Amino acid sequence: MKYQQTKPRARAAPPTADSVLFDDTSSAAPAMNSQGYYTPGYNMAGPSNNMQGGAGPDLFADPMANAAMMYGSSLANQGKDMVNKEISRFMSVNKLKYFFAVDTRYVLKKLMILMFPYTHQDWEVRYHRDTPLTPRQDVNAPDLYIPTMAFITYILLAGMALGIQKRFSPEVLGLCASTALVWVIIEVLVMLLSLYLLTVHSDLSTFDLIAYSGYKYVGMIFTVLCGLLFGSDGYYVALAWSSCALMFFIVRSLKMKILPSLSPDSMVTGSSAKPQFRLYITVATAVFQPIIIYWLTSHLVR
Amino acid sequence: MELKSFYMAFTLYSLIQTAILCTNAIAVLHEERFLSKFGWGVDHGVGGFGDDPGIKAQILTLIRSVRTVMRVPLIIVNSACIVLLLLFG
Repeated sequence: MKYQQTKPRARAAPPTADSVLFDDTSSAAPAMNSQGYYTPGYNMAGPSNNMQGGAGPDLFADPMANAAMMYGSSLANQGKDMVNKEISRFMSVNKLKYFFAVDTRYVLKKLMILMFPYTHQDWEVRYHRDTPLTPRQDVNAPDLYIPTMAFITYILLAGMALGIQKRFSPEVLGLCASTALVWVIIEVLVMLLSLYLLTVHSDLSTFDLIAYSGYKYVGMIFTVLCGLLFGSDGYYVALAWSSCALMFFIVRSLKMKILPSLSPDSMVTGSSAKPQFRLYITVATAVFQPIIIYWLTSHLVR
Repeated sequence: MELKSFYMAFTLYSLIQTAILCTNAIAVLHEERFLSKFGWGVDHGVGGFGDDPGIKAQILTLIRSVRTVMRVPLIIVNSACIVLLLLFG
């Protein structure tokens, strides 16, 4: 602990699992803040304020204002702790952090695979002692960074496309955003429902499904761009290309997770219908993608 | 006029409405009076204790769990909806 306080930037040997994800300097930051802040009015580091009880007169000439500032910052801290506790009841923030642990190399490779998946050989998600590897170390791992950025880019692009055709107004942008969001939610709910009903014991969590259904936004952006640049012909060509690429990508990725691996002790008698249904789910998901891409982008490119 | 080009445009409010209506529909299915007539009663579902229950058992479990879990929140949300729709149309 003392080592971390003196060198907050150094990557010490991580004893816990989730320091593989991020070099979390927030816990070490307050040690620097007590020397580093010159504008006490904007001092947001709560813990360092509590440590600075003895240095009160240095910040303000008026001790009342100082006391009020410390009280306010302790209130803010309590509020922050309460919010964190409530949020962590619904979704674990650590699991979410896993999906955003990306770097540039991963993003570039993933975008390449999304647009041209035919040459990618190894589709297995690699594990490291029972936990899946972060996207930084394994290019097959799903992430949430690309879908989020692609979603926002798609909304901006839709606004631009409508503006080019002089059909833009601010509420149309909000409508487009909520339509796309609702379709993602519907698709994730239908996938979850079908996986539950057919008792497919896969390790696909909700966030994984959100990630996989958010990858189609990359295809949508490409399609809309080609439609804007090259007209209606370019739109249909790009639609066909990104649909095929996305279908291939989804089938290959989900095949590893949903379809059972060939195990010698598989329940052949009770599950005669099951591999069929699992295949149906995978294929239905794949076929759904081009439909949605067409639905959400055709009105943008006339 | 621009909105006509958005075929079936969704808003988040319509999503909430759909969710409330669907949950209400599932919660209303009464076991004795209705589901037993189809052979979907409480005694028909939980049969196989093998590895994986079939689709019917899963659906019945889902219906029962929705009914149990969402009963009180649904009362609250429906009352709020009724009041809001009466006040604001």
